[in-house]
This record gives sequence, structure tokens and C-alpha cells, in this order.
Amino acid sequence: MDSIASHSLDFFDGDRSVSSKTVARSVTNRILSGICITLSLLTLVPLASIIILLLQKGLPLLGTAIFTELPPAAGMSGGGFGNAILGTLVMIAIGLAISAPAGILSAIFINEYAPTSRLAQAVRLVAKLLTGIPSIICGVFAFAAVVMTTGTFSAYAGGLALAVLMLPTILLTAEQALMGVQSAYREAALGLGATRFQTIARVVLPDAFPAIMTGVMLAVARAAGETAPLIFTALFSQFWAKSLNEPTASLSVLIYNFSTVPFPHQIGMAWTASLVLVAFVTIANIAAQTIFSRKN
Amino acid sequence: MSAPEKDIISPAGYRPAPDLFRILCQTASLLTVLMLGWIIYEILESAWPSIQKFGFDFMTTSAWVPNRERFGVLPFIIGTVASSLLAILLAFPLGVAIAIFLSENFLSASIRQTMRFVVEMLAAIPSVVYGLWGIFVIIPIVKAFGDWAVGSMGDFPLFSGPAYGNSLLTASVVLAIMILPTITAISRNALASVPKTLREGAYALGSTRWEAIFSVILPTAAPGIVAATILGLGRAMGETMAVAMLIGNSSRLSWSILSPSGTLAGLLANQFGEAQGLQVNSLMYAALILIGITLIVNLLGEAVLRHTQKQTAGIR
Amino acid sequence: MQISNEAPAKLTTDHTNPPERPDFISVKDFNFFYGKKQALHTINMDIPERQVTAFIGPSGCGKSTLLRNFNRMNELIDGIHHTGDIRILGKSIYDKGVEVISLRRSIGMVFQKSNPFPKSIYENVVFALRISGISKKSDLDECVERSLRGAALWNEVKDRLHESALGLSGGQMQRLCIARAIANRPKVLLMDEPCSALDPIATVKVEELIRELKRQFTIVIVTHNMQQATRCSDKTAFFYLGKLVEYADTPKIFSNPSEKQTEDYITGRFG
Ligand SMILES: Nc1ncnc2c1ncn2[C@@H]1O[C@H](COP(=O)(O)OP(=O)(O)O)[C@@H](O)[C@H]1O
Ligand SMILES: [Mg+2]
Repeated sequence: MDSIASHSLDFFDGDRSVSSKTVARSVTNRILSGICITLSLLTLVPLASIIILLLQKGLPLLGTAIFTELPPAAGMSGGGFGNAILGTLVMIAIGLAISAPAGILSAIFINEYAPTSRLAQAVRLVAKLLTGIPSIICGVFAFAAVVMTTGTFSAYAGGLALAVLMLPTILLTAEQALMGVQSAYREAALGLGATRFQTIARVVLPDAFPAIMTGVMLAVARAAGETAPLIFTALFSQFWAKSLNEPTASLSVLIYNFSTVPFPHQIGMAWTASLVLVAFVTIANIAAQTIFSRKN
Repeated sequence: MSAPEKDIISPAGYRPAPDLFRILCQTASLLTVLMLGWIIYEILESAWPSIQKFGFDFMTTSAWVPNRERFGVLPFIIGTVASSLLAILLAFPLGVAIAIFLSENFLSASIRQTMRFVVEMLAAIPSVVYGLWGIFVIIPIVKAFGDWAVGSMGDFPLFSGPAYGNSLLTASVVLAIMILPTITAISRNALASVPKTLREGAYALGSTRWEAIFSVILPTAAPGIVAATILGLGRAMGETMAVAMLIGNSSRLSWSILSPSGTLAGLLANQFGEAQGLQVNSLMYAALILIGITLIVNLLGEAVLRHTQKQTAGIR
Repeated sequence: MQISNEAPAKLTTDHTNPPERPDFISVKDFNFFYGKKQALHTINMDIPERQVTAFIGPSGCGKSTLLRNFNRMNELIDGIHHTGDIRILGKSIYDKGVEVISLRRSIGMVFQKSNPFPKSIYENVVFALRISGISKKSDLDECVERSLRGAALWNEVKDRLHESALGLSGGQMQRLCIARAIANRPKVLLMDEPCSALDPIATVKVEELIRELKRQFTIVIVTHNMQQATRCSDKTAFFYLGKLVEYADTPKIFSNPSEKQTEDYITGRFG
């Protein structure tokens, strides 16, 4: 006790009562730092556990057959999930075909043409609200709008659900990207007599393009991992899709379906599909960040 | 002399071409706005028969018996709120601790960077993969904890037995991990936007690190952290797949966090695929309620966040 | 907007104080590095007790860096190191037995940009007392009045002590920060360009305050404003490129500098 106290004299006074308080304060400080660090490092546990399990249970079945063959029937072994991978890609493509033009053109309108207009404010509000609605609601909407109308689950329905999911991400990041373009560029172009359209097409968009692509990639990563919007819009299929207007398999729904069956082979396949999905999402995320950091 | 000059500025017969691109962009904007209207319209229209039949009782009754056409979502509303609140309770201390960890310099910048990456990875893992992982890892742990808790605290209603693997607690533990990135990211922003001068002011008066954190930094960032928590709550309420795979999807009301429960999102995920007739309408009604709840929570969170940004702008 | 002409409270202790030490703060062969970048080169100087010492010099010459070493504030930055020593009252501030929090509590600091905490005026002033575990209401009340009077702010705010400090004007905020810095009765007051964000009238008030406060505190002030140095300092140190070029009584520096660089700077020929 004594030695600690004498080592922490109040700087001018050397007052013992003050200094023992100082020691207590320093000790409390250390303890709190320790607690904070421990709690933070605790986060590593679930992530490490997920990654280890993905590799341990997902790697054994990983092979070329996974990408080329159809899912095995209940209780059977072998097979793959080529149709699910294709289905996921096709539905992302449909989603992008709707959401990318809608999102980017809207962003151009609200940032370049009429930033303060009523319509622009409404677009911003809607984008914010869409960001907040649960992904399953996108599925409910596509079910009502497409499945109930056409009478069949389909890639169209799944794609529309994903489009709603992706739209706000693409729109808001595109708006940010356009805001990041220096207004001096615009003024220079307009000052040279360029029209609005020429300014946007030749000066603004080329500069903002990488950041816009970042948003698109982020939206793709998110859509690839989503199950809820597809589960009752695209449903699932054991077969290769012959058209876009029939039930379509996807990776995420396959994982959901296979994870709750009592057959070890199917469960193993769910893990392999998870591994493939996480790898895809991670690559898309890294791509998004690389595009972004290359710009800066 | 004057004629050619005039021509340069406005050549005879010149009419500015309508900016077609502008019209295109404006149309896209209009469609975006209409999208939300369309979503609400479609769901409302499909829900209408159920709304007419059950009205407000839908939210206050707890029978969900499709083959007798009796539908009430009270247990699912309660389950949605309870699982999310429990998840927040678990995630809040962790999220704030990580946010502090990321904004202070306890450890080197490279370790902090790694930590940031870990949190971002957690955000990137799909919900359905969390569900699969939860089945294999969290269910056994929660089951073991539940058996122990029933044995030692079973008289307490929250821990009354029997303990199940698929339970409210299981879902909440996984939800907590899933919303951790949301809480961490927004809290970290709030902490990072505390002006450096305030931090220095506290240190210059002889604060220890944690005195500065508790007396100046956290109070200044508090509104942002509150917003983070509310937005995390909103995310938890809408989270579907992991919850549907882990919570047990029961419509029985129970006090025990060790019993199966159900959420609105989980209900939709489970039943839409095979629903018929009035069941579809009732699921649509349930979806409307879910939209309503998450919308309120998210708007509240956004409002707090916006207020916060204004306030910190004032301090700067 | 209203500015009272209230004089700072007379501080009672100065009659009984022992004679001033010329080397109250003593800097010995001090070098300082931000990572690899050396910001201070072999500084040697003695700062006298209960006088105002001004640091002048062009931007980036190391004035703030030296000032922020006196209470070891630079240690909040990663990758810094120093050689040499700084002593206060003959005792090294880098001594193993020195707790940095005690050191900082014994030295007040006022920053360029006023930084009141988003708390009430009252809570701002008593902050240092609260973290030292003092919570007796009478002690706190006494401290608030004494400190606010000391900072010539009492009359302006005594009726709204429990309102947010963020509602004060810029000049009032800076004086509140001075009150907060002297609340714990430090021996030294460090001021880093305390007036550079203030309007001329508020500046005059703070300068008056500084002249008053030196009766009780040893003051070191960094300033960009040479009139300010002449108006309120006793000694002036001129820094250039991390070196102490000249250090002497203020009148001498400004009327008859011995170094060419000093003369160039004060006559505005560079900087
Ligand atoms: N946190 C820091 N990290 C690295 N270099 C710094 C830091 N702060 C100041 N410097 C450098 O140290 C030198 C002295 O800075 P400073 O003491 O702030 O100058 P002054 O207050 O005289 O304007 C400058 O060249 C500056 O760039
Ligand atoms: Mg400076």
C-alpha cells in the first residue's frame, strides 16, 4: 500500500489522501478498459465459430458436381445445386434490370435536375422508408402483385421482390456519389455552353461512376444473401428452370429447405451452399469496397 | 450590324430542345415514389377481406387456426417485440463496448482495423446462414443453459420449464449477433463525432480515460447511441429467416424465454408458401402490421438521429 | 450581447505568497517527435512564477507542441516521444511517480476553440472537483462563485448557472473555460491562442483577465497576435522551425531583438 501511495503523489502537494484516491481512479480506469476490451474481443467468437463450421461442414461436399448437378431428392445422396446458383444469378439480374435504372435515374433527377423539388423530397423520403422495411415485406408485395395475379411462383416474382430490396441502396449511394462530384466541374462544363444532359453524361457521371457501382455491388451482395423475399415468390424447384415464369430455385431458399430436414447429406449440402453463398457475398462486398477505394 | 449579333444569342427559329433525359429521370423518380404506394396498395388490397372480417380484434386475439378460419396475431406481435427487446438487451452493452473500443486507442490501429473488419463481416453473413449456424451451435447451448436455469431459477416465470432448444432466447441470442453491426456502426459514428476539443478539455482537467468517457464523451454521444439502439430494434423486428428457423414458431403465449414463440416475420415466412383463401388475406394483414411497427420504430430512430446531428453541429 | 465591465475579483492570496521563482517551469534539452518528424529541437528555457510568458512564432513552429508538453497532453497522440526533461518546481513531470492525471489536474489549460461541455454552466465549472470525488454542495457552490468571479463571468451568468453552457456567447464560453480551468486551483495556466476565435471586444476582456490572473497563476500563452503579447506578457519566447530563437523580457523582444529572425518576424517581413 505504502509504496503505491508514495509513487503517485499529487503533483504539487504530495497530499496522501488525494494520492490514494488517484490510485483508486487509475485502477478503476484499468479495470474498465479491460472489461471493454474483453467485451469487444468476445465478438470474435461467433464469427470464428461460423467460419470454422462453414469450412468444416461445407468443404467436404464442395466439388464441380455442386455447380452442375441438380439437388438430390429427400434421403438420396450425390447431386449438387447448379439450378439454385443459376436461379440466384437470374433473379439478381432481373432485380438489377429494374432497380439500377430506376435508382440511378432517380438519383440523377434529385441531385442534378431538381434537388429541392417536392418530387425530390418525396423520392428521398420513400428511399429512406424502403430502407427500413423488412425484406420479407418485399416478398409479400411481389406475392400480391405477381404470384396472385399470374397464379404461379416465378423468377419474375422473385426478381421483383429483389428489385424492391435493392432500389433504396442503389438510389441512396448513387445520390451520395453524385453529391461527391465537385460542383466546379459542373460549373465549368455549363460555363462552356454544355447542356445539362451533356454536363451530366460527359462530366458528372464519369466522375461518379465508381461510387455508383459500389452501391450496385453492395445491393447485389445484400440481395444474394436474402431468403425472405424469395421464399414464397420464387419458391423452389428441384429442376433446371425452363422459363422465367415457373418456380425457381435459389441458394438461400435451398439452405433454408435443407437445414430443417432429417437427412445428413442434405444438411451437408446446406452447409456447402452456405459456404458458396458467403463466399459470393464476401467477394461482392470486397469488390464494392475496392471500386470505392480505387476512386479515392 | 445588329442582326448577326442577335443571331448568335438566339438564332432565328431556335427553340431549346426539350431535355428528354430530364423527362426520363423525372419519370424514374415518379415511379420510385409510386413504388411505395404500389406496395402499400397491393398489400392493403389483399389484406382487405381479413381486415373487414376481423377488424381490430385481429391484433388482440391469439388464435391462429387456418382450417377453422380463425386468425389473431397477438402472440406474434408480442413475440416480435419480446424477441427484439431481448436481443437489444444482449447486444446493447456489446455494441457500445465495441464502439468505444473502435473510437479509443486502447490497442494499436491495426487491431482496431481488424475489429472493424470483423464487425463488417458479421453484417455480411446472410440471415439464413445465421439460422443454420444457430441450429447447430446456439440451440444446444441455450438448451443446456435452459435446463440449468429451470433447475435453479424455475420458480421465476421468465425461466419456467420445460426448456426448449427452439425458443425465444435462442432467437434473441442470434438476433443480438445480427444487429450488433448496426448498433456498433451508428454508435461509433456518434462517438467519433464528439468534437476532439471536448475530449481534450476533459483530459486537461485531469480526467482518466473512463472519467472522460462517462462524464463527457458518452453523454455527448448519447442521442446517437439511443438512435443506434432504436434502429437496431427496427432491424431485429423485421429480421425473418434466422428467427423463423430458431424460435419454434409457436402461437402459444408464455412468460418463459425458454419456450417456443413466434414473430410476425416468421409467421409470414412459414405460412405464405402454402396458404389458401382467407389465410392469405390474414397473412397480408399481419404483413401490414409488421410494416406499421417497423415504420414507427425506424422513423423514431431516424428522427433521433437527425436531431442528434443538428445538436452536434451546434457544439462544433 | 451585453458586456459588463466587472473587474475580475481580487485574489487574496498574492500578498502572502513567497517570492517568485524564476524557474517555476524549467525546460532542459527538450526534443520532441511526432513519429519520425521532429517538432522541437533542444529547447532550453525557464518560465518564471506568476508572470505571463508568451510564445510567438509562425504557424507550425512548435508553440502548441511545447505548451501541450507541460501537461503531457501530447500523450493522447500515438507514436510520440521526447528526450530531455521538463521540471516544474524542480520536479520532473516525467518522473515515474507522477500520475499524469494529477499533473493535469494541477495545471489548467485553455484551448484555442472554447470547448464547454454540453452541460450546465455550473457542471462545467465543477467538473474537475467532481472527478476528484468532491460532491459536497457547499464546496461546489463556493468553487463556482470563486472561479466565475476569477474569470470575470460571475455577474453575467449568476442567474442562469443551471442553464446549458452552449447558450453563452463565444467570449463568455471562453471565459467559462477559463473558470473551469482555474476551478481546481491549479498553479499553472496554459493558454493556446485563447483569443483567436473571439471578436475584439471579447479579446480585450480576456486580456484584462489574463493580467489579473497572473497575480495567482503562472501563465503561458501562445499567441499569433503580437500586440497581444506586448499588452499582456512579461516575457516573450520566439520560436522558428521548432527551435527557440530568442527568449527575453517582452519590451526587449519587441524594441530591441538580438536576433535577425526575431526582428524579421515582429516587423512582419515573414511568417
Ligand atoms: N498530431 C500531430 N501529428 C504529427 N505532426 C504534428 C501533430 N501536431 C503538430 N504536428 C506538427 O508539428 C509541428 C508543430 O506544430 P504546432 O506545435 O501545432 O505548431 P504551432 O502551434 O506553433 O502552430 C508542425 O509542423 C505540425 O505539422
Ligand atoms: Mg498552435
